[in-house]
Amino acid sequence: MARVIVVTSGKGGVGKTTTSASFAAGLAQRDFKTVVVDFDVGLRNLDLIMGCERRVVYDFVNVINGEANLNQALIKDKRLNNLYILPASQTRDKEALTHEGVEAVIGELKQRFDYIVCDSPAGIEHGAHIAMYFADDALITTNPEVSSVRDSDRILGLIASRSRRAIHDEEPVQELLVLTRYSPERVERGDMLALDDVLEILGIPLLGVIPESQSVLLASNEGVPVIMNERSDAGSAYGDMVARYLGEDRPHRFLTNERKNLFQRLFKR
Amino acid sequence: MSENTAQKPEHSVLPSQRAAFELKGSLFTLTIFHLYDADIALIEQHLLEKIAQAPGFFRHAPVVIDLNSLSDPVDFTALAALLRRHQLIPVGIRHGSEDQCAAALSADLPLLPKQRTVQRTDMPAEAEAPQKSTGSLARTRVYTKPVRSGQQLHALDGDLIIIGTVSGGAEVLAAGNIHVYGSLRGRALAGAYGDTQARIFCASLEAELVSIAGNYRVLEKPRDIAKLHQAVQIYLENEHLIIRPLT
Ligand SMILES: Nc1ncnc2c1ncn2[C@@H]1O[C@H](COP(=O)(O)OP(=O)(O)OP(=O)(O)O)[C@@H](O)[C@H]1O
Ligand SMILES: [Mg+2]
Repeated sequence: MARVIVVTSGKGGVGKTTTSASFAAGLAQRDFKTVVVDFDVGLRNLDLIMGCERRVVYDFVNVINGEANLNQALIKDKRLNNLYILPASQTRDKEALTHEGVEAVIGELKQRFDYIVCDSPAGIEHGAHIAMYFADDALITTNPEVSSVRDSDRILGLIASRSRRAIHDEEPVQELLVLTRYSPERVERGDMLALDDVLEILGIPLLGVIPESQSVLLASNEGVPVIMNERSDAGSAYGDMVARYLGEDRPHRFLTNERKNLFQRLFKR
Repeated sequence: MSENTAQKPEHSVLPSQRAAFELKGSLFTLTIFHLYDADIALIEQHLLEKIAQAPGFFRHAPVVIDLNSLSDPVDFTALAALLRRHQLIPVGIRHGSEDQCAAALSADLPLLPKQRTVQRTDMPAEAEAPQKSTGSLARTRVYTKPVRSGQQLHALDGDLIIIGTVSGGAEVLAAGNIHVYGSLRGRALAGAYGDTQARIFCASLEAELVSIAGNYRVLEKPRDIAKLHQAVQIYLENEHLIIRPLT
């Protein structure tokens, strides 16, 4: 059975698109047929991060409006055989994603893919609502700061009351925390919330902690999901995250200030 | 001074084709302004004190002026102007005498129906359906999920029991007692229809605001902060809100 996964946050700029791209690429690396869908109509940038912006001809809204079929709109990833991108339209607004239209497209994608990853826009309005509505799993993307955690809490409330699973009284959406841009140094200095604080407030299982990393910016400038850079800290953290999602047991890394510890060790000698 | 109540929907007018608007009955939580004195200057003085205690709590809040405890004539034009000056929005009066009602109407303040004491089964649109149960717990609502930021959970018939946390930015409200078997981080309003015997219990007090029968408190004074993160009960004693650790 295909699974629909929404990557959502409430707050903007926390790393949803970065996470969607790497998560989808990670699933495809493991031979699952995966499509990543950009719900951020009007502010599309998933295609940039996936490095396929010049191959966009038709988009999600064209498919909904019957101006193109899915085959015309889906873009096959250059690097990974099993990965496809359904880009958003840059020139429409979010109201173009009608309930019936999105339902039909997701239904069709479910016939063809194992995993459907939905990159949600920020906010709690229509765009974010329609992105999470059909989800089976939700990756709650959060930065370790008070306002991001509060917004994630708000989104969790909406998922619990206004998702399709909630409305139809089915088994609830599986909610998983992805804590991104985590900087142990800044936690130590008290500038950021620690992992435990965030877990206590949100009270949902932790899927992964992604460290704050230069490699994310470099990867997105190159149009390559950071997970493909296995030697980078953020890339390997995303690798762990995908493995955990698929049921593997992997210890959490990047929770302490490794660099400082190394220096401390050096100076001790 | 204030309590929350709900207005039952009265009418529902179906729209004609492609109408420019539609009328529908709906349900609102309103703050009741119990008037004990008609002296405008005195009212203003007390209002300023209340606002100083909880700046922002009343901002743009619609209020209903309740005249149950006052038989003196009231200058409604001056009173309405005073409320508006302090960013409260008077929506009408209730429990007025014949003369008071006439004066209110001539000051453009509508008359609202008397308080209903029976049947409060209506739920605000966003709130979840009440828990179905029978027997002695029929009036108790048990909720077993976390109450998240932005959610409102109401038990307008009786007690509210929450097994989980109440997040910052969430609001739980009950006609009777509120029990939170988890951290209470949002707002909790017990005795919402004026039951001064109602209490709030929680496993860890981290609330933004607690209220019993309209006596509310924001927890920012040192004596309150000392009780944070403890299991407490909160109750009224001589109109004073008492916060007492459970152990
Ligand atoms: N782990 C990280 N380390 C450093 N920078 C990061 C990390 N994750 C994301 N960023 C940066 O944060 C910015 C926002 O990331 P991204 O576009 O993924 O967020 P978003 O939640 O999709 O934003 P929006 O709400 O606008 O859609 C980008 O500049 C990205 O490079
Ligand atoms: Mg994005």
